[in-house]
Amino acid sequence: MDTAEIIVTLSGLGLAAFVVWYFFFSARQTASAVSSSSGVQEVDITVKGGYSPDVIEVERGKPVQLSFYRDEENSCSEELLMPDFSIRRDLPAFKTTLVELLPDKPGRFEFTCGMGMLRGSLVVK
Amino acid sequence: MEPTTKTETLDIEGMTCASCASFVEKSLTRTPGVQRAVVNFATEKATVDYVPTQASPASLKEAVVNAGYGVVERAPDTSAADRQAEIDQQKALAYQKLKRRFSVAVVLALIIMPLSMLMLWPAMMARVNMQALNYVLLLLTLPVLLYSGREFYVSAWNGFKHRAANMDTLIAVGTGAAFLYSLAATVVPDFFTRRGLMPEVYYDTTATIIALILLGKVLELRAKTQTSAAIRTLMGLQAKTARVVRPGGQEVDVPIEQVQLGDLIVVRPGEKVATDGLIEAGHSAVDEAMLTGESLPVEKKEGDPVFGATLNKTGSFRFRVTKVGADTMLSQIVKLVEDAQGSRAPIQRLADKVSAIFVPTVVVIAILTFVLWFDLAPVEARLPLALVNFVAVLIIACPCALGLATPTAIMVSTGKGAEHGVLVRNAEALEKAYQVNTVLLDKTGTITRGEPAVTDFIPGKGQSVGQLLPVVAAVERQSEHPLAEAVVRYADAHQAYSLPATNFRAVEGKGAAAHVNGQVVLIGNFRLLEEAGVSLAPTLRRQADELLAQAKTVLYVAVDGQAAGVLGVADTIRETSAAAIQQLQRLGIEVVMMTGDNPQTAAQVAGQVGIKRYFAEVLPQDKASKVKELQAEGRVVAMVGDGINDAPALAQADIGLAMGGGTDVAMEAAGITLMRSDLQGVVTAIALSRQTIRTIKQNLFFAFIYNTLGIPVAAGLLYPFFGLLLSPMLAAGAMALSSVSVLTNSLRLRGFTPLKN
Repeated sequence: MDTAEIIVTLSGLGLAAFVVWYFFFSARQTASAVSSSSGVQEVDITVKGGYSPDVIEVERGKPVQLSFYRDEENSCSEELLMPDFSIRRDLPAFKTTLVELLPDKPGRFEFTCGMGMLRGSLVVK
Repeated sequence: MEPTTKTETLDIEGMTCASCASFVEKSLTRTPGVQRAVVNFATEKATVDYVPTQASPASLKEAVVNAGYGVVERAPDTSAADRQAEIDQQKALAYQKLKRRFSVAVVLALIIMPLSMLMLWPAMMARVNMQALNYVLLLLTLPVLLYSGREFYVSAWNGFKHRAANMDTLIAVGTGAAFLYSLAATVVPDFFTRRGLMPEVYYDTTATIIALILLGKVLELRAKTQTSAAIRTLMGLQAKTARVVRPGGQEVDVPIEQVQLGDLIVVRPGEKVATDGLIEAGHSAVDEAMLTGESLPVEKKEGDPVFGATLNKTGSFRFRVTKVGADTMLSQIVKLVEDAQGSRAPIQRLADKVSAIFVPTVVVIAILTFVLWFDLAPVEARLPLALVNFVAVLIIACPCALGLATPTAIMVSTGKGAEHGVLVRNAEALEKAYQVNTVLLDKTGTITRGEPAVTDFIPGKGQSVGQLLPVVAAVERQSEHPLAEAVVRYADAHQAYSLPATNFRAVEGKGAAAHVNGQVVLIGNFRLLEEAGVSLAPTLRRQADELLAQAKTVLYVAVDGQAAGVLGVADTIRETSAAAIQQLQRLGIEVVMMTGDNPQTAAQVAGQVGIKRYFAEVLPQDKASKVKELQAEGRVVAMVGDGINDAPALAQADIGLAMGGGTDVAMEAAGITLMRSDLQGVVTAIALSRQTIRTIKQNLFFAFIYNTLGIPVAAGLLYPFFGLLLSPMLAAGAMALSSVSVLTNSLRLRGFTPLKN
């Protein structure tokens, strides 16, 4: 092995390890819902290459209103899926789309884009 | 269990101060059935939780009005169709833009490719300045990268910030690496030559990959629009205006949004029915195919329900509006289909798990590919080989195909189902229907019509049908008994002329009597005649006994103290039942019947429609346990019912199918609702589910195989054995085609046609 090979091997492995850590193990952005005066739990979510915040905590049994603002035109994020709530919604670009649901059992429910690449989850407590 | 509550938001008007708000709040809270009321003075809105059985939006409104304030009727939200139109418009714009980006990429790639190939032609190479050529190529590639491919880089970066990786990440890293390498070879070629490397450029690779991926996207977008075509068609069915009859009697065309409950609407031949209601005057044939899939027009008369979006054929009629907006049949169908399209099929679970980790995993594989090639390939060629294979791995991997495999098939098939009057609640129901090997039919209302009909009309000695039928009908027209209705229907069907009847008298539990043409006519059971001292001639008695043996109800007729005839009445089997049952059996499904009838009747009906196994004398409360019994035999059971007292059985079955006009409860419990009262729908539902799941399996198989074969080949696994390497450009072509293939396969479901006899 010459020097170049050693450098490439080490940096390659390092990079691979970083990719694994960065995408699978690093901490996520969590947000809790804010209850409005009418008792609806409201959360604003920005959609741009992902969902921010991407972990949303809500309370069980109270209606939830998620406002998705899609801040891009990229076709990846044009659909929103919340299979546990039977929701498939088109998110128009640069517009806010309201999604209303009633979480009636606790658990972690994923929501994704149309192809399951962008991910977020709704944690019901 | 606490009762379920509903939440209603009211727009309050006339509140001038915060104390008004608390006043309204108190008034609402005191309304029976209201559990909680919050009034927001600033937004002028009241949010009320109430028990629907004890309170209603109307009683809430009353409470507000009693407190001295008003409720503003909210302007109807923009209709679903409008919203869809807006989204469609935006999608069309995005499609145009994508096509422009694709055209630019394709034109430039077509110039870049031959120019790059000059290098392979020694005679040309000698005459051309390599360095200058590389700069020309760089200039040509830049627009492809910065205009056509811009979105990939932006999206990859946005995703990276969210610790999310998607398909764009792969394309961005792949083309980015090829481009940066080429850029270095163009700007600082000495760096390469000094190390004994040819300063090769990959501009053609970069441009071609972007052009091909964009081609894939263009095709994909076009195909995807078609997956949701069915729901768009459904929404488009909604009538735009209605002809309302004002109290003064004049007819006014009003926009559909302004039609209110209780309005009287006129429908002329050839017009669309505006919304749901009950006919008050007139009769007609209405084409309901768009809602039920029933191709023959349905006869409608006074008192019959009509549904919005259906087409009036022959006559004109007036109907009273009973449902508007989101409550109409059409809106509910749209909602159900939309819900189903948003649901997840259990079969998708593995694909979901894989796609969650797919992209980062591919990136790791690509990095390892690079390292291995760099370490193992001959020194002079190691860098280009490592790079080319790195790029090929990134580009060939296609998470889209995995992600599209199931949902696109579900979308096409739920839409297709709705077209044929089969409403699927969710993807899971479709999957369950696929696994079904036993269909349990509740006889009444599914195999049979669920209402009595006259099957035999036997006139006695000296009588004829032509004479006796009008007389009998004249008496029965006065009666409200279901059997009497059957006789009247029979008379109408045989166009018996009508006679007046006087002195009508219903005899509780026995029948009825009246004077027709000056004769005393009795119709009822045997006891009615017995008590009137009428005796039956032996022939007539024998004929009556035959009818009884066939498990029919017998009606006896006497005219002026003489037995005049007997009528056989029975729940009749639908014409389509036998054929549908046969088709189910041909699909390899065992059809079992259950009924509350005695074993003889059950055996007879079963025999008529070709059913071998049946449960007789099943009490309504035992229906669910019969389902359990079959399940205990290891069967996957589909229960078909008309929704009257079989909701528990529908829920107990692996999949419940509620039949047309079924009750709301049954629709709740059923995985599939059949809009048409006809067993043919069961065949359609099962055939559709089988074709859908088959398509999904093909899609998933293809997507998995494509990736598991494609990635190792792109990594150069075949090189040590066959000296084969995959060009990144070919990889881009394969990738573009893979998701389009999956989509195209799903779209094949649009060709689904129900089995015909």
